[in-house]
This record gives sequence, structure tokens and C-alpha cells, in this order.
Amino acid sequence: MTMLGDRQQLSYIASQAADARLNLELETEGMTLNIGPQHPATHGTLRIIARLDGEQVVWAEPACGYMHRGYEKLTEVRTFPQVTTLVNRIDWLGSFANEVPFILAAEKLMGVEAPTRAQYIRTILFELSRIANVSLFLGDLGVQLGAITPVFLAFRDREYVLNLIESATGGRFHPNFDRIGGLKDDLPAGWIDETRAVMKKLRNFCDQIEDLLFGNEIFQSRTRGIGVIPRDVALQYGLSGANLRASGVDWDLRRDQTLPMMWNKADWKVWTHPDGDSFARCWIRLQETRESTKIVDQLLGSIPSGPVMAKVPKIIKVPEGEAWVSTENPLGEMGYYVVSRGDLGPFRVKIRSASFNNISITPWLLRGVYVPDIVTILASLYFILGDIDR
Amino acid sequence: MKQLSSSSETTTPVVDVVREQMLEAIKGSLGDALIDSHIKPDDDLWIRVRTDSWRTSVQKLRDVHSFDYFGFLSAIDWMPSPYGRGEDDPTEPAPERDMTIRSGYAGGDTRMQVFIRIVNSTTHFGLTVKVDVADSAPSIESLITIFAGANWHERETHEMFGIDFVGHNDLRNMYLPVDFEGHPLRKDFPLLARMVKPWPGIVDVEPLPGGDEPEPVEQDSKDGDA
Repeated sequence: MTMLGDRQQLSYIASQAADARLNLELETEGMTLNIGPQHPATHGTLRIIARLDGEQVVWAEPACGYMHRGYEKLTEVRTFPQVTTLVNRIDWLGSFANEVPFILAAEKLMGVEAPTRAQYIRTILFELSRIANVSLFLGDLGVQLGAITPVFLAFRDREYVLNLIESATGGRFHPNFDRIGGLKDDLPAGWIDETRAVMKKLRNFCDQIEDLLFGNEIFQSRTRGIGVIPRDVALQYGLSGANLRASGVDWDLRRDQTLPMMWNKADWKVWTHPDGDSFARCWIRLQETRESTKIVDQLLGSIPSGPVMAKVPKIIKVPEGEAWVSTENPLGEMGYYVVSRGDLGPFRVKIRSASFNNISITPWLLRGVYVPDIVTILASLYFILGDIDR
Repeated sequence: MKQLSSSSETTTPVVDVVREQMLEAIKGSLGDALIDSHIKPDDDLWIRVRTDSWRTSVQKLRDVHSFDYFGFLSAIDWMPSPYGRGEDDPTEPAPERDMTIRSGYAGGDTRMQVFIRIVNSTTHFGLTVKVDVADSAPSIESLITIFAGANWHERETHEMFGIDFVGHNDLRNMYLPVDFEGHPLRKDFPLLARMVKPWPGIVDVEPLPGGDEPEPVEQDSKDGDA
């Protein structure tokens, strides 16, 4: 834990002071504060139990399980193509991105690869679901910190992206479009031009949010130095995505692993931030949305012609084996450990979802913070309930 | 960055130099704690360690080989499910099922295995570490002092598989009610939804109310772009 800034140090001192108070029996009569299960800051039904001393949290713990659907058990009675219906509903704001790693894992076990055109369209839809997901985060962030305007902008501009996803896949939230060996369908006519126009709008949206929110003094003072996660703690807890990159770890699964996807065909940048505080996490997400629009723009121009489906048997039996595939989803690293027994359905699927790891850090992170900062920290960690409980 | 291309089909057996070297290095530092290993070239590396040296092995992997990123921890029940996929017709006698326990990559001697995924955060090289867990009263050392993030994963695994993690003093349920009995992800735990109502896929597609055969649906009218 070297190289701490002043703000980071203050945050540490505050959390240590909270510990010391407990240990020295100086604790005043505490109070337990329940946040949730129904709270706007929780994107679903998460309950945070916080033990307070005055305005300071001395102990906090999230209580999950309000939305546990048992997907890991359900996959064992589904066939491989049926599993995508389930996993669509894990992170419901960026559903298409959930399907991709599972399909890639199944394809890896089968030794099939989607045609290049399908890989391009997959990558584009993957990035579109990231934009839809993160643009809602950027708007919601404002609401949680007391600014009303950004959420209207976000809902307006997210709609354009959802319309694109709908016109290509038929589903606004749960496309279920990815198939083992390719995609269900080709793109509709005129989709590419429409997408270009929308990407321009979304870049404009990013600029607006950057001015309105990130340039706002109140926003800055409420997020800077709040909820600092140092690099080694982030790695220990297995944080991923923007939360990890905000702690200065230069690691993006889109760039740093070889997958049959087309991210390496575009020119884009992986942003990192050295501070590790709430501001850094939000800022990284904003930059990532911009980069996503760039990726989409570049890939749109180079989609090759050809089929969107490889030759796969009608009844899909996946050969015996084990495969682990993870991708850089809107919320972070989303991966599937798929075990097959040569059967119609998987033998076991371990779903490694990003929010589960990202939220498991909160008991450590919330200690010593003040009550309003709980909301800031939860908002900046950004989780989707379906992604925690699965 | 390396490109995956389907056109360059080479028939020579692929030797994954990076993973072979890493495996040799791990063999050197773990010694006889390492029981078995498996390499899929250009894909992944699996190792299996002795149950009594689970904690020390993971500690060495973190400290010596800098696998400092904690991906996940979970378990696998290798026993085939006695209920199959819950698609049997309840009026028929239960089909014969092959109930032999076969382990996956890197082998195994027990019904249940715990496995983790750890990654080196600078080289982005990841591996899966498996460990056998005794069949009766399954229990294993907790990794909570090595990776703080293992806390919730061990709680979840305890709840779903009934594996005890020695050294973890907060194994409360994460999802299920306190008085829930059984461990849902064990293969001998039935999926109740399939038990109370027969799988509707047994019968063929039901006829429409009018009694007519459904018309074959034409390909939807979306125009392709290419």
C-alpha cells in the first residue's frame, strides 16, 4: 500500500479510527441502519445492514439472496442452446454480453468457430449492450448523488441503443440472439447507417454527462477520496472491470486474451486511473462508453459479407471436457466454467459473475465511512442484483 | 496480439511452451503436493493438489508464482444425478443410469472437488487449481487469509455443497433461509420443479384449440444486409 494520496490516507485513518473505537470500548450507543431491500441505490433488492456510531459506519454487510434464482442448478436440466435464455437474465441491462462467454465456452468444447461476419456482429452487439448498460449507470449515478437531470438524458439516449438492439435481435432486454456456431439472424437492412448515427448521439451524451456531472463541484466533492480501493486489495477480492482499472490495474479482457471476437480489429484505449476512489470508477466507465462507441463505429465499416452461422448439427451434443471462458462485460469479468459429459446439456456450469466479487468488498470498504457515502460507494461499485444472486 | 484464424489449419501437435514451462516451475515449488495436471494447448492449465496441503499450495502459488488475482472458488459434484435431467415420464419405470463417478481434467479420487481460478495480474496467465474433498463430512482449509475475496465464495460453496471450510468462522447462508435443509447443488438434491410436475417436453407439441395442424411458419421477413 505505497503511493497513497492525501485523500486515500485520510480515508484509511478514518477506517482505522472506527476500528480503534470498537476496540477501546469507547463506542457510544450504536444504531443499526437498514438500507434496502427496496432502495433506489441498490438496482434491485439488496439490503445493507450498517452498524453506526454517530454518523460513521463501524460495521456493514450486504444481505443478498432476495433474487436468487438458482441458475447453476437449472443449467443442469437444460440443453446447451437453452442455457442462453437463463443467462440473459443475469445482468439484465447488458443481456447480450452474458450470452457470449457461455456460447464461446460451448464452441470451444465443440471445436467450432463462428464465421467472421458473425464474430463482427457479436462484438458490435456486445459493445452496444455495454453502452446501454453503462449509459444508464451514468444517469443513475446523478440521481443517487442528488442530480436529477442526467437520468433523463440517460434514459433518452439509452432508448436509441435499445431500439438498435431490438431491430437487430427482436428483443429489447433479453435478445437471446447468440447461437452455438454463430447468430440467429443477419442484420436488418439499413441497420449500419442507423447505428452510426446513434453512436454520434451517444458520444454527445458522454460529453454532456462529463460537463453536467463530472465537472460539477458537488459531484466531485462527494466522490473524490470516497471509498478508496488500493490495487492489492482490489486484486485479492477479485474485483474486475472498471472497478479494477480505477485502482490502477491495466487489465482488460478484451485486449489481454485471445478470443474469437473482433476487439483487436479496432483501435481503442484501455483507460486506467491511479486514485481508486469513487470518482475514478465513475470516470473510467464514462471513458469506456466513449471507447465502445469508437469500437462499434470502426467495426461497422469492416463487417465482411458471408454467412452468420457455421455448420453445426441440429441436435447439439457437446463433447466431454471442461472449458473456462470469461469476457469483459459491462460490469466486469463474467465467466463460465462449463463441464460437459458429452450430453445434450452441461454437467455443471459455474457462473462467475462480476458483481458478486465486486460487492463482496463492501464489508471492508464501508467501514469508517459516513452514511451518505454508503450510497456513493455502492453507486460507484455498480452492481446489478441479478448479477450477484444469479 | 495473437490472432485466431480458422484458415490456418496445422496438423502438427501443438506444444504449449508457456504452459509447459509454468507447470515445470509449479512442480518445482509445490513438490509432492502436486498430484496431477492437465494442459490443453493454447487454452488452459489445470492442476490438482493434495488435500492436506491445499492452503500452503495456494499460498505458494500466490507468493512464488504471483497468481495474485482471485477469480472464483467453487466446487463440483462428480456423481451423475440419479434423477437425470428430470425429463423422465413418471408412468414409465425409471431408466438405467450409469452412476459411476468420473472426474474431469487432472483426475480426482473423491466425489466432490473444490476448485479455484487464480490469475497472474501482470502476465494475465490463469490456471485452475482443484483439490479433492473427503466424501464423508467434507471439509477443507479456508483460503480466507490468502485471498480475502474467498470469503463469500466459501460461504456460497458451503451453502450449495455442504463443504466445511476450516478457519472460516462466518459460514452463514447467503441465499437460502436459515432453516433450509440440504445442499442444492449436490447432484442427489432433486430439482423440485421437475419432481412435482412432469416435464412437459415428454408429450409432443399439443394440438391447437381448433384442432388444426399449425401452419408451417415462413422465415421472418427481415431483410439481410449482405
